[in-house]
Amino acid sequence: MSQQFTPNNPLPQEAKVPGEIAVFSPEVEAEIDRHLAKYPVKRSAILPLMFIVQRERGGYLDPLGVAYLADRLGVRITDIWEVATFYSMINTEPVGKYHIQICKTLSCKIMGEPKITEHVCSRLGIRPGETTPDGRFTVSLVECLGSCGTAPMFQLGFDYHENLTTEKVDEILDRCERDEYVFQHGRKDEL
Amino acid sequence: MFIGAIDCEPLQLRRAGLENSQSLDVYRKNGGYEAIKKVLDGMSPDDVIGEVKKSALRGRGGAGFPTGMKWSFVPKDSPKPKYVVCNADESEPGTFKDRYLMERDPHMLIEGMLIAAYALGARTNYIYTRGEYRYLIEIMDRALAEAREAGLLGEKILGSKFSCDIYTHTGAGAYICGEETALLSSLEGLRGHPRMKPPFPAVSGLYQSPTVVNNVETLTAVPDIIKMGGEAYQKLGTEKSGGTKLWSVSGHVNRPGVFELPMGYDDMEKFIMEDCQGIANGRQLKAVIPGGSSVYIMPAGDVIGKDVRMDYEGLVAAGSMVGSGGFIVMDDTVDVFESTKNLIEFYKHESCGWCTPCREGTDWLVKIFRRIANGEGRPEDAQLILDLCDNIEGKSFCPLGDAAAWPIQSAIKKFPEDFKKHLLPLTQGEAVTV
Ligand SMILES: Cc1cc2nc3c(=O)[nH]c(=O)nc-3n(C[C@H](O)[C@H](O)[C@H](O)COP(=O)(O)O)c2cc1C
Ligand code: SF4
Ligand code: FES
Repeated sequence: MSQQFTPNNPLPQEAKVPGEIAVFSPEVEAEIDRHLAKYPVKRSAILPLMFIVQRERGGYLDPLGVAYLADRLGVRITDIWEVATFYSMINTEPVGKYHIQICKTLSCKIMGEPKITEHVCSRLGIRPGETTPDGRFTVSLVECLGSCGTAPMFQLGFDYHENLTTEKVDEILDRCERDEYVFQHGRKDEL
Repeated sequence: MFIGAIDCEPLQLRRAGLENSQSLDVYRKNGGYEAIKKVLDGMSPDDVIGEVKKSALRGRGGAGFPTGMKWSFVPKDSPKPKYVVCNADESEPGTFKDRYLMERDPHMLIEGMLIAAYALGARTNYIYTRGEYRYLIEIMDRALAEAREAGLLGEKILGSKFSCDIYTHTGAGAYICGEETALLSSLEGLRGHPRMKPPFPAVSGLYQSPTVVNNVETLTAVPDIIKMGGEAYQKLGTEKSGGTKLWSVSGHVNRPGVFELPMGYDDMEKFIMEDCQGIANGRQLKAVIPGGSSVYIMPAGDVIGKDVRMDYEGLVAAGSMVGSGGFIVMDDTVDVFESTKNLIEFYKHESCGWCTPCREGTDWLVKIFRRIANGEGRPEDAQLILDLCDNIEGKSFCPLGDAAAWPIQSAIKKFPEDFKKHLLPLTQGEAVTV
């Protein structure tokens, strides 16, 4: 879950240029306003806003996006990092456009996860936790995603793909490689 | 995957199979929003809490706390705003019932929350959904918009004096945020660390205000309790736990799925062999984890021919717990050492790092399990593991620590041979391949 701060994994750097922050379109600003309006305390919107900033800034919280969040929520930049590093779905480093998250927990494990992982990884030529050299695909092994009855499964972006077979995996990866995969949930198609 | 009721009229899954079951129209045509109408037409908040008490509904999130009693802990005279927070963080391995409730019948959750909010005097309410369930947040948002449009949310609902709003909120990948106080920290925009209890959320929860946190399945039971009356609902189950319960079945069965059973269903063997259509590929049953990854593992011998009753008391008597109802079935190809290693890796990953016994203990357990898996198991390792568990269980800040220790303790106790075969000193026996 949370990233631990160790010498090998130092605190992410704060935005270098104080005052310089990310700029978003009026539509995105309106989306952000809608989230802020739900809570009596602005800070409560931190996670929904992080997902939006992450989506708009190439899939992760870059320093300008972090500066934006601090500014918009009226908190310190370190407050943003403190929260961002706790949650596994908030990325503090770039991830591939096609982020394949394979569930490795018990029900999936006994229902064929190892075969799926092996297939995905050998096809993409990377190991779990890695991104392809062209930056397009990332493979992660993650914990139970609530699809235990339809195991094995992975999540691609926010889309669930269940009852996986190697044929199904190939069909999905083919579409991604041809850039024909259309995300169904949570992302803008152009991202 | 099967979704349906066995041995009872479906309540929670009544509409799950209908076409367009997510829509307000289908919900209303099939009994929807009748309960909130009944409430607003003449029940006081205390009447509502009284019915829920009579129903013997116990929280479906894992702890099984009586819901009516929890609601009655909210101080009525507090000048602070009150909150109802729905716990839709569903991350306990093996559990996926809340997902289908929200996917198939989002309005049932909205109606349940409305009634809870009325009973507790809450104006603003949240559904905290795990971040990975983004598609469910989209479904809930659409249903909430529909309800608002129809005057079922917002100011003066159905022409009454009752005003109420419900909003979705997203988590971002942290199992611990299913623990209610960690959930509230997260909802306040902080790291998801648990908080000291007492004060309990009912007294001081979200923004230090009285807050009731309830699981999805708990809240979706409420409309039926109001409609049929608490007593009738209780009679569907047992005296101490009323109504029906959803079981998420996964693993080596021919028919996995979400099963709605009356509380106290007799018996577990029949459930596995008939309702779930037996063990897949003609293999033998080896073990069951009946209530999500955090409960004690049961060997086949404790299930077959034992008439295990599927309710809180029945499962405790059989050596396990209802937990979240995440029912994981394992056949005789599974090595319980390996399955336990898989689970302790989960708990290590999900330990929030707040307290030392859990953070360090789970880390050491994973190191030891990995060393054993690498063929370097030592005879004293079983005792070493049990000692570590002993230093986590009951000594951690929140129940996640206990939840990490229990599966291991029971696995070593119930499947000693699966551990022993990994613990032979290499000089003494054959090399162990894992
Ligand atoms: C580590 C941990 C994880 C939990 N995860 C969940 C969860 O995902 N969903 C849930 O409803 N309850 C979960 N709970 C239980 C909650 O703390 C709380 O008891 C529950 O939401 C209360 O609702 P109920 O009374 O309706 O069951 C978890 C508890 C612990 C200790
Ligand atoms: S027991 Fe584990 S999860 Fe709970 S507070 Fe301690 S470190 Fe965090
Ligand atoms: S174990 Fe993989 S989705 Fe639950």
